[in-house]
Amino acid sequence: MPTIKTQALTHIYSQGSPFESIALENINIEISQGEFVGLIGHTGSGKSTFVQHLNGLLLPTGGRVLLDGVDLNSSKKLRHEMRFKVGLVFQYPEYQLFEDTVYKDISFGPRNMKLSKAEIDERVREAAGFVGVPEEIFEKSPLELSGGQKRRVAIAGVIAMRPSVLVLDEPTAGLDPEGCESILKNICDYHEATGATVILVSHSMEDIARYASRLIVFVDGHAAMDGSPEEIFSQADRLRTIGLDVPVVTDIASRLKQLNIDVPDCCYTISQLKSAILSLKKEGAPC
Amino acid sequence: MKPIIQVKDVYFRYEGDDPLSSALNGTTLDIEQGRFVVILGHNGSGKSTLAKHLNGILLPDKGCILVDGMDTRDETKLLEIRRTVGMVFQNPDNQMVASVVEDDVAFAPENLGYPPEEIRLRVDEALKLVDMYDYRLHSPHLLSGGQKQRVAIAGVIAMRPRCIVLDEPTAMLDPAGRHEVIDTIKRLCREHGITIILITHHMNEAIDADRVFVMSNGKVVSEGTPKEVFSNVEALKAEGLTVPDSVELIYQLRLAGLDIPKEALTVEETAQAIATALK
Repeated sequence: MPTIKTQALTHIYSQGSPFESIALENINIEISQGEFVGLIGHTGSGKSTFVQHLNGLLLPTGGRVLLDGVDLNSSKKLRHEMRFKVGLVFQYPEYQLFEDTVYKDISFGPRNMKLSKAEIDERVREAAGFVGVPEEIFEKSPLELSGGQKRRVAIAGVIAMRPSVLVLDEPTAGLDPEGCESILKNICDYHEATGATVILVSHSMEDIARYASRLIVFVDGHAAMDGSPEEIFSQADRLRTIGLDVPVVTDIASRLKQLNIDVPDCCYTISQLKSAILSLKKEGAPC
Repeated sequence: MKPIIQVKDVYFRYEGDDPLSSALNGTTLDIEQGRFVVILGHNGSGKSTLAKHLNGILLPDKGCILVDGMDTRDETKLLEIRRTVGMVFQNPDNQMVASVVEDDVAFAPENLGYPPEEIRLRVDEALKLVDMYDYRLHSPHLLSGGQKQRVAIAGVIAMRPRCIVLDEPTAMLDPAGRHEVIDTIKRLCREHGITIILITHHMNEAIDADRVFVMSNGKVVSEGTPKEVFSNVEALKAEGLTVPDSVELIYQLRLAGLDIPKEALTVEETAQAIATALK
């Protein structure tokens, strides 16, 4: 059974009013436990609307969303339980910190789950460990932290609920390259250590290429493409028409092919292209 | 050429911050008129603090900043300085003030007290320059991120500044929006001679710059053409930065023993360099 399954999912904002607009139309997607999915699409393509359906923050205006086989629309109580299963990290989550200490902020989710004090403490420390929030800052006010640290605390607050599905909407926007890299690495570690499903929304094709094993491309409220990074990034022209891009490495690889250098059809990470080029060199293959 | 902006040994500390940790720590740099300049640096390196000094939003504790020869600490010159250097920030939604695109662009010239005909002229000109004239009667909140950011740039252009400072203008945009904004500012620089100072974390945006400055701990630690700055991969990594993926690829190939020159930056240059090395 897929962890997430949408059946003809449709969402229309302000339905029946003159401002009616279709944000999602007939989305049929299945995501299995443990997948690392990259969600890409231009601004306004429906990505954020889609992810808000995954734990019932938005309810479909048509179709269904099933989480472990349970329809999120069926009862309020179930929806409440499901919120702990699907952790959602919004864009710029640091603006959502509100407690007076880091520890309290991270423990907000587990406290709402009515766990014992010891269990809450364990989860806070575990979550902080995953995202690299040192215990020395537990008693600090979140307001005193740097932007990157705040974001880690916000992500820890979601991870502390031990969600089996972790959804992150642009978790690295506005961070410097080192900050981006280490947050993505942390997410990857969580994915590997817990077997959680991860859904990463990003505008950075490079990040998506490096971490996701499956890409879903949203265009104007439709899930227009769905496949492995190779399958998606081999369609550079189509991606560009819809306002997206391919990683720079993919561009270099296709230019090399034009120059009659026999690199594989679709390279999308530096390490792939590097080993392809080095193996050509070793063989001493004529170019 | 005479620099339009001169930053001379500037120190600045935010009120309430640790006396030992200054945001700017002896920053010195010159920016020539008409250039496309990129400032790189990790979070907290002082880039944005420097940007806010360039049109007198912040004033230095020590040292000085000259904008076209005018000292930003001279209050009588402040208006003229702000007309010379315009600013665009990261979040386009925070910069919109009106409910119609052209009203938004007209905001600054109206405040400067220009006659209505002059305002009309400047607004139309500015919107055409950023390729948003067709949207002049639209509502800003219905535009895409890239379009909003171009309207914000038009709002600055309407003051006819000679220099525009953009602080991470593409951080919140999708790839198409990023291209729109970067293409627009390059055009303003190349075709209209407006000095562009772009602060960014996207290394790829620095490839076409005339000059790149790297900041760390409130100081300029490296400067030069993109080729010069990016050729020193280790130094940039030590500053918590990366290099464009093209440079990283060549760097790793060199480490693996491939004999390949390290000057390539663009996709074309990189592909050609690799092709030559494999021949």
